[in-house]
Amino acid sequence: MSVRRALSDLEAGARGRVVEMSGDGEALKRLMDMGLIRGTTVEVVRRAPLGDPIEVRLRGFMLTLRRTEAEHITVE
Amino acid sequence: MDAVKAGPVPAPAAPPPAHRGGGALHVALIGNPNTGKSTLFNALTGMRQRVGNYSGVTVERVEGRYRDAAGNPVVVLDLPGTYSLSAASPDEEIALGVLLGRAPGVPAPDVVVVVVDAQNLERNLFLASQVLELGVPTVIALNQVDAARAAGLQVDPIELTLELGAPVVATVATRGEGLDVLKHAVAQAPSLPRPERLFSLPADAARALHPVEALLAASGLAAGAAAMESLRLLAVDHTDGHLAGIPGLAAAVAQARADVTGAGHAPRSLEAEVRYGWIADVVERTVTRVAEVGRTLTDRIDAVALHRVWGPLLFVALMGLVFQSIFTWAQPLMDAVEGLFNALGGAVGAVVPPGDLHGLLVDGVIAGVGSVLVFLPQIVILFLFIGFLEDTGYMARAAFIMDRFMRSVGLHGRSFIPLLSGYACAVPGILSTRTIESPKDRLATIMVLPLMSCSARIPIYTLLIGAFVPPVALAGVFNLQGVTLLAMYLLGTLSALGMAAVFKRTLLRGQARPMIMELPPYRIPSVKGLALSVWHRARLFLKKAGTVILSLSIVLWGLATYPKTSPTPGATADQAQEQQLAHSVLGRMGHAIEPAVRPLGYDWKIGVGIVASFAAREVFVSTMGTIYGVGAADEQSGSLRQELQHERNPATGRPAYTPLIAVGLMVFYVFAMMCMSTGAVTIRETGGGWKGVRWAAFQFGYMLALAYVSAFLVYQGGRLLGFT
Repeated sequence: MSVRRALSDLEAGARGRVVEMSGDGEALKRLMDMGLIRGTTVEVVRRAPLGDPIEVRLRGFMLTLRRTEAEHITVE
Repeated sequence: MDAVKAGPVPAPAAPPPAHRGGGALHVALIGNPNTGKSTLFNALTGMRQRVGNYSGVTVERVEGRYRDAAGNPVVVLDLPGTYSLSAASPDEEIALGVLLGRAPGVPAPDVVVVVVDAQNLERNLFLASQVLELGVPTVIALNQVDAARAAGLQVDPIELTLELGAPVVATVATRGEGLDVLKHAVAQAPSLPRPERLFSLPADAARALHPVEALLAASGLAAGAAAMESLRLLAVDHTDGHLAGIPGLAAAVAQARADVTGAGHAPRSLEAEVRYGWIADVVERTVTRVAEVGRTLTDRIDAVALHRVWGPLLFVALMGLVFQSIFTWAQPLMDAVEGLFNALGGAVGAVVPPGDLHGLLVDGVIAGVGSVLVFLPQIVILFLFIGFLEDTGYMARAAFIMDRFMRSVGLHGRSFIPLLSGYACAVPGILSTRTIESPKDRLATIMVLPLMSCSARIPIYTLLIGAFVPPVALAGVFNLQGVTLLAMYLLGTLSALGMAAVFKRTLLRGQARPMIMELPPYRIPSVKGLALSVWHRARLFLKKAGTVILSLSIVLWGLATYPKTSPTPGATADQAQEQQLAHSVLGRMGHAIEPAVRPLGYDWKIGVGIVASFAAREVFVSTMGTIYGVGAADEQSGSLRQELQHERNPATGRPAYTPLIAVGLMVFYVFAMMCMSTGAVTIRETGGGWKGVRWAAFQFGYMLALAYVSAFLVYQGGRLLGFT
């Protein structure tokens, strides 16, 4: 499947490959420094009990980010 | 500094740099958070550590030393954990500044040790690749190789050495494995060829960056550092302090971005894409997956700890446990400290003849310092818990769970635990705000933290509730006294959150900071590391007690003692003390502020109590004891309660204290920032010097204003409604 969706719309357990990243410079740079770039495979592990932020797995480690930050990341 | 990095890259077998200051080798330790970097630092340096601040910022500067096999002294600087040298946070800016030799007061390192986590080589090599480019002799400590093996990953250190062009030493810091080899590699590093950039940029991008690189090199940066900085600047928007003075740099960067875009690359992601592209090749050649591991222990714990239902329940239970222990475990220790100071006062009092010196030592110095040190057990236990939560990895989970809630008042998930600590004592709370990355969030958290009702308010609440709130049952289950106490705590908590929201929308307005945070694997904390971090913080508090608090105690004692008066004939000792206090500067100050506190329903005696408790709020209780001549009083003291209940206003003949006044007074103490220890810590943690003093003064001022207005509204509003 190659449906494009925002990372924030992915269900827990779903995974995708990053195709595009946009948005605020600082958050974006931080994510890229940590290895979230075009081509990286990410899996949404779970949402926080209050629905936000979300936890994702990439390159063998766990990362949290808010929905507002995940909205700027398109995966397929 | 230039002598150290001047070696052009690559320089075959550059001579060892000339060491400064007593010939010690300066080593900087850098690495991602959660790589075991601090454990490695502790293992290398043992107890020989010094903790301070970098000048002008509240980033902790931890330094230690050891002697290498040849007996040469080595100074190790433990840089803050960072994922990159992007200079986006104060921590990263410091790390970059130190490595470039541009941090004021810090010598440029002779050797950099990059700690990389063998379990997570990909992400860790990003920082390593940036550091290698700087051209400073570098050693890679490949840490946690045992955990990596357990996770089915085998990393080949020799292959990695060849790939990186810098010695790689496998270590297990928790067990001290590999330390001797690491020390040897550090000693040898200055005589090895300098590391350099290991990948090449697309030719068109390299051409576009050339003007920026040339500008940076002309400003004094070494060639490798200039190349690293030029690539990094493509993606950052802000001007870093250490580059601000270079004319034409901003324009050159803008031009380079345009050129890079014109060549078909994305300037923002270029650095990450080329570095991670290179890293993927390196990892493929050096890491072997020897076993497939299914769900890890961390995965299984998080399935519960971050579960929609169990997660918050576990969180509440943990916090409940923390508080239960602070108040129950600390009590015997606090009694012991109090007993110790009473005994000390008694011993000194027996030696020193009665008179002013006796009073100064016993009532001023010993009682004053003792009244603050009594909180040391609570502070130590709280630090122990905070350190434990931090080191196990649960703290990041707590921030994850609470972020949504904290964001509703404009704060970050990381602000929650410091605020919660404020229920015990604001001092450890403020000191633990260092985990909050954003300076504005951190300031807002510090500013509102003393609104959380700390344990020093309990004596005041207990005295006034015991004296003026009847123990009637409400709705059959609740006791009015307990409900009143709860209301005071709620009032403090809600106003802390409310004020945070106000500050974040006005004074400390800023963009919402990202919640991009690693959830590290759970770990069993090292006892040594925990003990060291608790000790460093406790020592800070002790130092304050020995300086600021000691001097203020002496001043307060002087105010309560002079000028002298002779007691009326036939007065008891208690009455003589009461008369002396009324006659003293403090007593006069109480009289002087009476017009100001009368709208709150207070007389001059409460005024004296308020003035005396400016330095430490719990002093209010003992001062009231002195004023009412009941000798040594505490909040359980029945005689003080009765005195308060029977006190009449000489002008009206009505009771001087009514339940309404008592509630107003409690509300006053919910808000008022009357604690010199907190003030001292606020000064330190908001930047020190005049900057810190201004923030502390602001904190004190707004809280006093809140206190006054609220007490006024309670009293006057209550009277309008017909309460007494």
